[in-house]
Amino acid sequence: MDELTPTVGDRRGTWKVKAGLAEMLKGGVIMDVVTPEQAKIAEDAGAVAVMALERVPADIRREGGVARMSDPGLIAAIIDAVTIPVMAKCRIGHFVEAQILESLGVDYIDESEVLTPADEEHHINKHIFKIPFVCGCRDLGEALRRIAEGAAMIRTKGEAGTGNVVEAVRHMRAVTSAIRKLHGAGPEELVMEAKRIGAPADLLEESARLGRLPVVNFAAGGLATPADAALMMQLGCDGIFVGSGIFKAENPAARAKAIVAATTYFDRPDILADASKSLGKAMRGLEIGAIPQEELLAGRGW
Amino acid sequence: MPNERLRRKRVGVLALQGDFREHLAALRACEVEGVPIRLAADLDAVDALILPGGESTTMARLLEPGLAGSIQRRSAAGMPVLGTCAGMILMARKIHGGRADQEPLKLIDISVRRNAYGRQIDSFEAEVESRAIGGTAPAVFIRAPQVTERAPDVQELANHGGQTVAVKQGNRLALAFHPELTPDRRWHQYFLSLNGDHR
Repeated sequence: MDELTPTVGDRRGTWKVKAGLAEMLKGGVIMDVVTPEQAKIAEDAGAVAVMALERVPADIRREGGVARMSDPGLIAAIIDAVTIPVMAKCRIGHFVEAQILESLGVDYIDESEVLTPADEEHHINKHIFKIPFVCGCRDLGEALRRIAEGAAMIRTKGEAGTGNVVEAVRHMRAVTSAIRKLHGAGPEELVMEAKRIGAPADLLEESARLGRLPVVNFAAGGLATPADAALMMQLGCDGIFVGSGIFKAENPAARAKAIVAATTYFDRPDILADASKSLGKAMRGLEIGAIPQEELLAGRGW
Repeated sequence: MPNERLRRKRVGVLALQGDFREHLAALRACEVEGVPIRLAADLDAVDALILPGGESTTMARLLEPGLAGSIQRRSAAGMPVLGTCAGMILMARKIHGGRADQEPLKLIDISVRRNAYGRQIDSFEAEVESRAIGGTAPAVFIRAPQVTERAPDVQELANHGGQTVAVKQGNRLALAFHPELTPDRRWHQYFLSLNGDHR
């Protein structure tokens, strides 16, 4: 069907429109998918968006090699398969991959440490794009640097492809506790804290005033069960990314539905118990300590 | 009952998914108590209901039959209902471009087309004029729906670029955009001025 034509004076690609889409995703689950069929299963289960990928992080981790933006043909097929927003990943600093994703009509770009970085000093200048970006963080300083570059949404990095929630918890707690400690700090103290954590002072001041990040903050990296999703929601995130946790599990459709329910009813253990019943085996999962240091993904990004 | 009349107005906000926090903040700014609604029993405590922005397919999936039925019964009895964007889609009688199994609440006699403006890159901010709010207010359209048909008794409250973007039928108000993402509270105040059911 034809799309409606724009009206003179309409303003597209503004900060409000970019950050606004993230507001609409809150309380929802964004699922990694590698085929149009998986995208449909995710939409059926109640996903608020899908992340179109060639390989989920668990496979990227196992197979090694350079991980790049996915085949545009695959991304286009996934866009055609579902009515919900479609996200896709580009490499850190690879602004041409981002330009290609924008031209494909992707709704959100994830400048992601899960792919092999293309620039070891700079992230993409995200302000100049019309579509919004989400970026990973391990702490408050990293989150605010990404927002300064134009990220309209933040997620914890966690440790993708492990099925182990421990790093996502570490990163979410690092962000929330750093913001809590700003409470009552005077203007001159905020300036010094901004210097210490390498964050722009104005964004740090805004976080202190709001008591949270200035943009929506999702949890990602290692979530595999409904209880993991509810744990991250109770720790104060706005929504959930699940990567390998769904389609590497025994029964993806049932697990996807259960994680969606757990994200909505995160503070209701009785409903969580019900949702967690008879889901089959979760993905196998990895001890973080058993992963060689150079294979950890969260350290990518600056 | 006099006691009921004296009680302060409480407004529910469907809190399954989406930007319900912004609607609750808007209600606070209007000095009205907002109540998050997730289960059928939650609805008993409120005098009006807001269906927020978000993903309409997700909300439809999470809306348990008991809660959907209660919303339909209360709305038929006159409870004011406001829907913004995905909320408008949930309120519609018919959805185009939705999922085959996406059953709307059928609270207002309009047909809507999902994502009518295109993808996120086509989302926009605009100024929208309406006599209902006595002038022009900022509006944010995010992957917004289009009203394709409306029954004769569904009133157009606002038009933007030749499209109907705000409609009212009785106590049901549906907006294709997000007033809750702006600091302007006139659309919420207009909604709060609608007279409710007399329970």
